[in-house]
Amino acid sequence: MHPVVKLIAQRLALGMLLLLAASALIFVGTQILPGDVAQSILGQSATPQSLANLRAEMGLNEPALSRYFSWLFNAVQGDLGVALSNGQDIASSMGKRLSNTLFLAICAAIVAVPLAIILGLIAVRYQGRWPDRVISTVTLATVSVPEFLLGYIAMFFLSVQFRIFPSLATVYDGMTLLERLNAIALPVIVLVLVVLGHMMRMTRAAILNVMQSAYVETAELKGLRKFTIIARHALPNAIAPVVNVVMLNLAYLVVGVVVVEVVFVYPGMGQYLVDHVSKRDVPVVQACGLVFAAVYIGLNLVADIVSILSNPRLRHPK
Amino acid sequence: MTKDKVMKDDLAKLIDQIDAARLNRRGFMAGAAAVAGMAGMPRMAFAQTGTPKKGGHLKLGLGGGESSNSLDPALTLSQAPYNVMAHIGEPLVRVHPDNSLDMRVAEELSASPDAKVWTFKIRQGIKFHNGATLTADDVLKTMQRHSDEKATSGALGIMKGIASMRAEGDIFEITLTDANADLPYLMADRHLLIQPGGGMENPADGIMSGPYKIVVNEPGVRHTFERFADYWDDSIGHFDTTEILIINDVTARTSALQSGQVDMANLIDPKIAEFLARAPGVTLAQTQGRGQNVFVMHVDTAPFDNVDLRLALKYAIDRQEMLDKVLRGFGSIGNDIPINAAYPLFDETIPQREFDLEKAAEHYKKSGHDGSPIILRVADTAFPGAVDAAALFQQSALKAGIPLELKREPNDGYWSEVWNKQPFCASYWGGRPTQDQMYATAYISSAEWNDTKMKNDRLDALLMEARAELDQDKRKAQYREMADLVRDEGGLILPMFNDFLDAYSEKVAGWVNNPNGDMMNDQAALKCWMA
Repeated sequence: MHPVVKLIAQRLALGMLLLLAASALIFVGTQILPGDVAQSILGQSATPQSLANLRAEMGLNEPALSRYFSWLFNAVQGDLGVALSNGQDIASSMGKRLSNTLFLAICAAIVAVPLAIILGLIAVRYQGRWPDRVISTVTLATVSVPEFLLGYIAMFFLSVQFRIFPSLATVYDGMTLLERLNAIALPVIVLVLVVLGHMMRMTRAAILNVMQSAYVETAELKGLRKFTIIARHALPNAIAPVVNVVMLNLAYLVVGVVVVEVVFVYPGMGQYLVDHVSKRDVPVVQACGLVFAAVYIGLNLVADIVSILSNPRLRHPK
Repeated sequence: MTKDKVMKDDLAKLIDQIDAARLNRRGFMAGAAAVAGMAGMPRMAFAQTGTPKKGGHLKLGLGGGESSNSLDPALTLSQAPYNVMAHIGEPLVRVHPDNSLDMRVAEELSASPDAKVWTFKIRQGIKFHNGATLTADDVLKTMQRHSDEKATSGALGIMKGIASMRAEGDIFEITLTDANADLPYLMADRHLLIQPGGGMENPADGIMSGPYKIVVNEPGVRHTFERFADYWDDSIGHFDTTEILIINDVTARTSALQSGQVDMANLIDPKIAEFLARAPGVTLAQTQGRGQNVFVMHVDTAPFDNVDLRLALKYAIDRQEMLDKVLRGFGSIGNDIPINAAYPLFDETIPQREFDLEKAAEHYKKSGHDGSPIILRVADTAFPGAVDAAALFQQSALKAGIPLELKREPNDGYWSEVWNKQPFCASYWGGRPTQDQMYATAYISSAEWNDTKMKNDRLDALLMEARAELDQDKRKAQYREMADLVRDEGGLILPMFNDFLDAYSEKVAGWVNNPNGDMMNDQAALKCWMA
């Protein structure tokens, strides 16, 4: 078997094990939290009798272990069940949220990744001079400001003052692509600002590292333009660390943007998960947790494979 | 000075007088009617000019909604679902802003002289959204579902005093175990919306008899509605379509209103209310209601079982400072009773408890407390600004020599693990339509949510007497005695009542505050119209 195929198979199997472990951890976590779904639903208006009735109706009186295994049994068959709190089918309501989250993440990535790499290349080209300083300072500043504050600032200027973009990013069925893009303009801007600094600086550092090599010196002696050297000779050899940081940031764009979702009222996975954690709605929390874990594991797998393929020494092991 | 301006000033003065408790409720209504009359307008429409017109699309930006919300009226618990339910459902009766009954599904009601048997005549010709006709049997089944032994309804607590129910023809009849002169107000509960077949088969299908039909139901994101063509009452439900957007972040909610993306918003933060009121095209609606921010002590647990210690704490709280700093003045000071002038039969002559450090120190000394720290548990979820309020309380108590100590609790699980379990914590109450219901909910010995653990035979007896009393003067005196008992012996420290703060844009008209709840007691989308 080709070593790359073998590696992917190994990684996939390991990923499955990790998913299983994650689901067990999530279940334990929801059991440790105080209160249960019946109490959260009835809240201040709960009476002992209505609590008992609701618990019986939701099957909460069964022991925790048997609840976990019956969930697991159904989940591996592809049945994620229904939400305890409102009886909606989890797979379909989560599917909608997941596609929203991916849409936002992809749009942000389409802007942020090329921008970060180009800015990184420019920073290297003008290393130590003013373009480098400006790029570094601005991206560091945007990465350091809390994302909700960036959101409020963007909202104040672009939405309330000048009314360029809507402050609400609610998207729903029946919107055209253009309407959707207009709706998510503000969250995309904020997310780009949040992830740009990390990727840009990593690109810059990785390329600078390569720039010390002998073949770069050779290229310089050949009389190539500085930018050609960076783009053609240095970048391909710096691709592995760059892909790694890009994947980490993509994973963040999928699983870590709940604050931005709340500020812009975007119907993504983060808000969906938080709502159901506060209601102790275990099946939904489990399903979301699985998806998030799968995204993380999958993107890391991609990063590993890309770094192997980009490196001839790893691609053709002796 | 224009006529409008005169009217506004007069109204403001009336409201000031209420704040200063110089004017009783009847006086306010007469005054308001006079102001409205001067401008030549119908009495109820004094907040806005013009007559309702049909059409348009209303967008509400509401906090208090989650993706876990259900369309089952038995399970509604927060603002967004309340508004959704008011769109699509209808109870037997509702409560008007002046506390009179608004007859909805019930056309008429009558009681036996002993107030034990209540008869509701069901309005004929009401249609459900699925085309079926609403009958007394649907009403009966709905009430059965909410009062059933196996019920999971939030209304189960208030359905307890019912001995039997029956439906015959267009009559629905309730027989109570004990007399209750306020029963119609219980039927105005938000959960008790009439469903076809009582909603026994499919409680969350959203099919009810309200003025709007639900079109899109995406809990925690948005709900859209369209006018129900067969609705029986032409005087409400003016918009062609409406839309509820769930916006839980208060800054996002107010910016959406300011940038014109929504026409109304609820739960405005007192900290920014003043600025929002100055924004162009936006009106702030401040409703004096019954909502209250409280600190509750368990009177059966040491050291709070000592009446002098309780009094010491009650005197050691600076209510005015708390109102000014925590609520920015958007409220009124409390008097350690859960009742204020927004309730019918409130006695205005109950003396106000003043901030008095000397008396506090005196009572503290008399209590013989050993000086060990008194723990007050608090979390942000108790009420907006609860942590700040507790810190103010701690500072003023320390000045009287009372060793009050704060313990910060997590928001998550606060209502199940701290409130009603720990002996001293911060909390809130939303208020009830009548005094009877407020005392019955939390202050009599048998109350499920007796969060001060007060057990007073005299109070219990007075409540039952007042319930069956049809002479309003006697009833008022009975409620006065109950108020004195709770104020002087109870475990309730009530520093302030909070106003409801909503805001709406100039695109909508017809706003009338309703002291029973925010967003015109959930009915903004029913009673307003496009300006």
